[in-house]
Amino acid sequence: MSFASFGDFLAMGHHGVYVWSAYGICLAVLGLNVALPIMARRRYLQQEARRLRRENSK
Amino acid sequence: MNWTWFHKLGSPKWFYAISGRLLPWLSIAAVLLITCGVVWGLAFAPPDYQQGNSFRIIYIHVPAAMLAQSCYVMLAVCGVVGLVWKMKIADVALQSAAPIGAWMTAVALVTGAVWGKPTWGSWWVWDARLTSMLILLFLYFGLIALGNAITNRDSAAKACAVLAIVGVINIPIIKYSVEWWNTLHQGATFTLTEKPAMPMEMWMPLLLTVLGFYCFFGAVLLLRMRLEVLKREARSSWVKAEVLKALEGAR
Repeated sequence: MSFASFGDFLAMGHHGVYVWSAYGICLAVLGLNVALPIMARRRYLQQEARRLRRENSK
Repeated sequence: MNWTWFHKLGSPKWFYAISGRLLPWLSIAAVLLITCGVVWGLAFAPPDYQQGNSFRIIYIHVPAAMLAQSCYVMLAVCGVVGLVWKMKIADVALQSAAPIGAWMTAVALVTGAVWGKPTWGSWWVWDARLTSMLILLFLYFGLIALGNAITNRDSAAKACAVLAIVGVINIPIIKYSVEWWNTLHQGATFTLTEKPAMPMEMWMPLLLTVLGFYCFFGAVLLLRMRLEVLKREARSSWVKAEVLKALEGAR
């Protein structure tokens, strides 16, 4: 362990703001990149299901 | 060497089945590698003797930048495959990878700016490495815009393939920018031929996050490509069966 306490870990030796904001931004972008295609897939499947149902009922 | 897998890629149905089996493994590997690398890098790696703890940004900055460049090389390879062998899956891969590459370039630029502030005293300098990365971001934007602007799928695929191949000239410029010009940006951390200048406790977490980011890219790329394949093959019977099966599973 490179830090003496959890407070030291959060402070990152006066660089806490930079380190944690960089990690925060990165995590947000990675999360977004997973969420967007999953949501798009769900939307598309629902839309396709409606279309198939319409075509079958004709 | 056996090339049957390459020819099978011409079949969207085969691609959909095989990518579905690959996806969970890639996702698990990405989560494990990135978590281990980040925890190790943030909490256990020793601080840099000059930069202190701000250097810990390296564990996300370098993987994002490497991925941004590798992704562009992949786009160019897809472009060649699409133009030469007229393989449709190459265009699917190109269109699906471009937004991920753009996001990774943005992450590299933003984390680099956040790292530059305490290290160089400035968020941005018009340095060769930074400028060539900014050009890479604009190349990605150009590809995405071009792909969306042309309604005819085959023309769009051709135009994007050509742009991807021409733009790949920027990759060696980014790579060697730190050697050709006097720059603020430091040199490469990893090279294939030399041992890293850092101690093992410092470069090992970086190696983990780099591998993790590549697995992450693979997983997200497959997610996007699978949806694109479903959309393009919407008329075929296997896609209709797949849609019904997926909806039953969701219930």
